[in-house]
Amino acid sequence: MVHAVNSGHPGGSLGCTEFFTALFFKIMHRYPAFQMDGKGEDLFFLSNGHISPVYYSVLARCGYFPIHELSTFRKLDSRLQGHPATEEGLPGVRIASGSLGQGLSVACGAALAKKLNGDSRLIYSLHGDGELQEGQIWEAAMFATHYKIDRLIATIDWNGQQIDGSTDKVMSLRDLPAKWQAFGWEVMILENGNDLESVINTLKEARTQTGRGKPIVMLMKTEMGFGVDFMMGSHKWHGVAPNDEQLALALAQLPQTLGDY
Amino acid sequence: MSLITISGYNDTRSGFGDALYDLGKTNPEVVALTADLAGSLKMDKFIAAYPERFIQCGIAEANMMGVAAGLTIGGKIPFTGTFANFSTGRVYDQIRQSIAYSGKNVKICASHAGVTLGEDGATHQILEDIGMMKMLPRMTVIVPCDYNQTALATRAIAEWVGPVYLRFGRPKWPIFTPAQDLFVIGRAQTFIHGKDLTIIACGHLVWKAIEAAETLREKGIYAEVVNMHTIKPLDEAAILAAAEKTGAIVTAEEHQINGGLGESVASVLGRHLPVPLEMVAVKDKFGQSGTPDQLLKKYGLDTPDIILAAEAVLCRKKIDSIS
Repeated sequence: MVHAVNSGHPGGSLGCTEFFTALFFKIMHRYPAFQMDGKGEDLFFLSNGHISPVYYSVLARCGYFPIHELSTFRKLDSRLQGHPATEEGLPGVRIASGSLGQGLSVACGAALAKKLNGDSRLIYSLHGDGELQEGQIWEAAMFATHYKIDRLIATIDWNGQQIDGSTDKVMSLRDLPAKWQAFGWEVMILENGNDLESVINTLKEARTQTGRGKPIVMLMKTEMGFGVDFMMGSHKWHGVAPNDEQLALALAQLPQTLGDY
Repeated sequence: MSLITISGYNDTRSGFGDALYDLGKTNPEVVALTADLAGSLKMDKFIAAYPERFIQCGIAEANMMGVAAGLTIGGKIPFTGTFANFSTGRVYDQIRQSIAYSGKNVKICASHAGVTLGEDGATHQILEDIGMMKMLPRMTVIVPCDYNQTALATRAIAEWVGPVYLRFGRPKWPIFTPAQDLFVIGRAQTFIHGKDLTIIACGHLVWKAIEAAETLREKGIYAEVVNMHTIKPLDEAAILAAAEKTGAIVTAEEHQINGGLGESVASVLGRHLPVPLEMVAVKDKFGQSGTPDQLLKKYGLDTPDIILAAEAVLCRKKIDSIS
């Protein structure tokens, strides 16, 4: 997808593939047909919208829209915008994201609506670690504990990378678990966010922690570009598309991703 | 000469607060949010009656806008309430992405707009909000003229599907529209008929336009007064009908000359029917501390300013008719 239009964000997408697979196929309670209001379903909000390639790939494979539509990614008149949008009604997407820091607030609002509606299903959200530099995240973090939003599981893609370099170099996040603890969240740390089984187990464990008066954050250590050796662990692949040669090299390492779109 | 009668005085924000309380009764999906300004926004009655549907967000407006967007996903109709400055400029990107672009049914209700906020000064007196909001695709922008109309508009936007920016203000102001009136979003109202020129105004300046029309009448000038309470979608037909009929337009608003009602009217006239136009608005300046009356005078938004603009536009109309 990213190669075909020579633009997009492969690094974070590859790093979160196990998370998306676990969440959508093993964890979330959801109906086959998409309803915007999601009543009676678990909801997911992608706050770091730039990892749309993995999001769209998983949504298509969940059956929300045809897999061949993935080939329209970032092209004119596509429902698969560079960053997720509701504009043309792409099934599976409930809010636009891309400008960072907004998704946790939206997730909190959706959780409150569920509470008002007597709907006990869960809200999941995903955020980049670099995104935590946005102040709005911490406004929402404060809000979630104040209102005891305890049916919310936020996950942080803790890969330590952002566009201009490592998060340590660009703007240090310092003691991330302590920050979330100080805001009153239940903190879970997932050491290997690229191991499918670990992701599934940790999400299951997080689910058992819901309904106990606290929002839950899963700090998920991942490797940017996971699965492709020359992309792994480097911020250089945050927002750069592979060329023909690099694509062939990458796909050779991940035979299961060979183009079915 | 009194062409329109005043039935009392109240602040437009109280019209919002009273109607919000009514909506609490009639519409179970209505939820109210504020960012530490519940009292200023007159939300007290709603909060007392429907505490479970009130969400205090603290001094965190960006989060409030996101929470409001999220609430709509579960079918709620969130009304956010804070000062106009914090409702727009402070949270423009949140409104743009999470509300307007995402097509969320959020009602952004903004008080203390313009210089009539008074003594707090320019940091709080936003004069750019209409421009910012009208530029957003999908956004509806409403600026009601008195207490009664603000209440009617508040009820109307609950029924309107899509994001809305509702702008009102702080000071006690004449009430001159009926409590039970027809309020149609996007349809202008002619309050005074006239043949010589048309004053198109919104918000607090509608009353100033009426005062100006009364004085002009004493001078033998028949000014029409149109209340353009909806800036977007704009009632272009009403503007063109007025231009056709009187051939001279004055706009009046408590907003910057750039980006406001006047600019929208100018755009319609320029494209379809260019006639002389004068704009009463703030001329690319920030406000300052003072009483509302002093500030309206200082920034050229008072009744005499509208009269001067009317006389100027009539001069131009005359020159045009000679040449």
